[in-house]
Amino acid sequence: MSYTLGISAFYHDSAATLIYEGKIIAAAQEERFTRIKHDSNYPYNAIKFVLNFANLKLSDVDSIVFYEKPFLKFERLLETYVAFAPKGFIQFVKAVPLWLREKLFQKKMLMNLLKQNQESFNNEEKILFSEHHLSHAASAFFPSPFKEAIVLTADGVGEWATTTVAIGKGKDLEIKKEIHFPHSLGLLYSAFTYFAGFKVNSGEYKLMGLAPYGEPKYYDKILNNLIDVKEDGSFRLDQSYFNYATGLTMTNQKFHDLFGENPRDPNNEKITEFHMDIAASIQKVTEEIMLKLSKSLKEEYKINNLCLAGGVALNCVANGKIIKEKIFENIWIQPAAGDAGGSLGAALAFWHLELKKDRDNNPKDAMHGSYLGPEYSQENIEKELKNLGAKFEVLNDKDVIEKTSDSLTKGHAVGWFQGRMEFGPRALGGRSILGDARSESMQKNLNLKVKYRESFRPFAPSVLREDLQDWFELNCDSPYMSLVANIDSKIKNDMSNDEKKLFGIEKLNIKRSEIPAVTHVDYSARIQTVHKETNHRYYELIKNFKEKTNCPVIVNTSFNVRGEPIVNTPKDAFNCFMGTELDILVIGNCYLEKKKQDEALKKDYTSKFEVD
Amino acid sequence: MDFIKEVWDYFKERKKYWLIPIVLILMIMGGLIIVSQGTTIAPFIYTIF
Repeated sequence: MSYTLGISAFYHDSAATLIYEGKIIAAAQEERFTRIKHDSNYPYNAIKFVLNFANLKLSDVDSIVFYEKPFLKFERLLETYVAFAPKGFIQFVKAVPLWLREKLFQKKMLMNLLKQNQESFNNEEKILFSEHHLSHAASAFFPSPFKEAIVLTADGVGEWATTTVAIGKGKDLEIKKEIHFPHSLGLLYSAFTYFAGFKVNSGEYKLMGLAPYGEPKYYDKILNNLIDVKEDGSFRLDQSYFNYATGLTMTNQKFHDLFGENPRDPNNEKITEFHMDIAASIQKVTEEIMLKLSKSLKEEYKINNLCLAGGVALNCVANGKIIKEKIFENIWIQPAAGDAGGSLGAALAFWHLELKKDRDNNPKDAMHGSYLGPEYSQENIEKELKNLGAKFEVLNDKDVIEKTSDSLTKGHAVGWFQGRMEFGPRALGGRSILGDARSESMQKNLNLKVKYRESFRPFAPSVLREDLQDWFELNCDSPYMSLVANIDSKIKNDMSNDEKKLFGIEKLNIKRSEIPAVTHVDYSARIQTVHKETNHRYYELIKNFKEKTNCPVIVNTSFNVRGEPIVNTPKDAFNCFMGTELDILVIGNCYLEKKKQDEALKKDYTSKFEVD
Repeated sequence: MDFIKEVWDYFKERKKYWLIPIVLILMIMGGLIIVSQGTTIAPFIYTIF
């Protein structure tokens, strides 16, 4: 028996993963338990959950692997300060005490924190450290369906590396080359996220969603000034435009002068055409770099499979472009591509690379659909709902499907809570809000009345795998919603000349296709293919909806409001249901209608969460 | 003591002996900063964590 616990923490998205003999047993992000978005604290609750799931005590675990190496990170900090001195003194004064008091002693600190999970735990020998990008690469390759693959990881920064190329073969994974800090594709994208007035480390996907509204007018300006991209996709950033290496902001005055504006103040300034164009420009640059990297790697290593991880791999538009170019025969993207997935990678890297244990190659993949979080029995759900004062009916399995799909056809917004919670940032039909993709008003309504978020934000479709090609220009599995592709021309409504002239968000009001709720203004969609084998109930629901409507596509968005982590427990789900204008809530076999609930249980919900 | 041994192993592994004097000075300076300010709650700096 050999259990390995992987931990990522102390930067953003703390998480824990438990593997048994190389097989993934359970994984969860701490934010889901503490209800603090991107919680970076020690993942006490996530560790507690994964241990409970396997009926273990912490002392039963054979190894505990942290996802990065603090000494290496400190080395990078020191060398950066030396390189930039005397610039950066203020950051230095603020950073060093934190490091000298806590972060350098991470092993001891981790040991003390682990005692929260089991007071008697005292085996420091069990605590090990992986490298940040090795953890990412391991999370991308080992669970993938491939025997051999090129593994590309890109994010803001780990220890030194910001972009890494590795080759995975069987149980081996070797890092071949790296691009080092301060040259970082992730930090470049984050700099523009900051400049457009969104939060760094969480608002990047908003910038990506904003991009199709704009024109890439600043593309040349970025390439001529900020970044030097070589033919093989490697790059260097001109640090005279950035402030992240030594200062307290991402960009500096020279950067702002280059674009003629200061960073947008999200509290007082609206998003304008300028910000849309900025988003479109940096998105195009990112796609081009990812494409160049992919092409040169394919050329160099002549391997047909690509695995991706790291925060940049969450850029599903860029991923979709790599697919479209047909550079590789197959691509697999780790669903928890961000730092949370580092916990999974750290554990797997230890198992296969340190202990040199064999790897079972699963022809689908080893992620179990990414349904790796907590689940609740029907008995528990009913008990919890009764305690909360909810009014609900208990349906049999067939009626759950029938009634839910009926509600969807009526245009209702449905909270859908089933089985194990997803690991990673996407809701995949375990903790989702669902709607009718054919509805013209669904995108606006869901954004403004249910999710309380910006109206420009697109929604993603879930589609039955076998119907994928009839509705989208894509012909490969995308179970983790990590690929963007265009909707099929058969269902597209072309814009008239007058409509084409509409600016930015006004385009949202045009019916762009047969499934307008999930068609972005550039006719793209972030697709989730639904498979019978990984989520049977969700598959049956969409199938039933298709029988009634002839449409195998529904809207799937995460079950939360803006700024809130995705719901975890039936209580979280009921609170969100009562705090928003969701019409129906389906938890397990319990069916709740909003109009039947006690009015007194409605609550002010959105103010509970800090706007992201 | 374990910590000092780990740091030494790290210097050996990475062959970054030139960092030793910097780390020593930092330890002294950092110690003074810690003693004088009493708290290590730092603002969020994007790349230090």
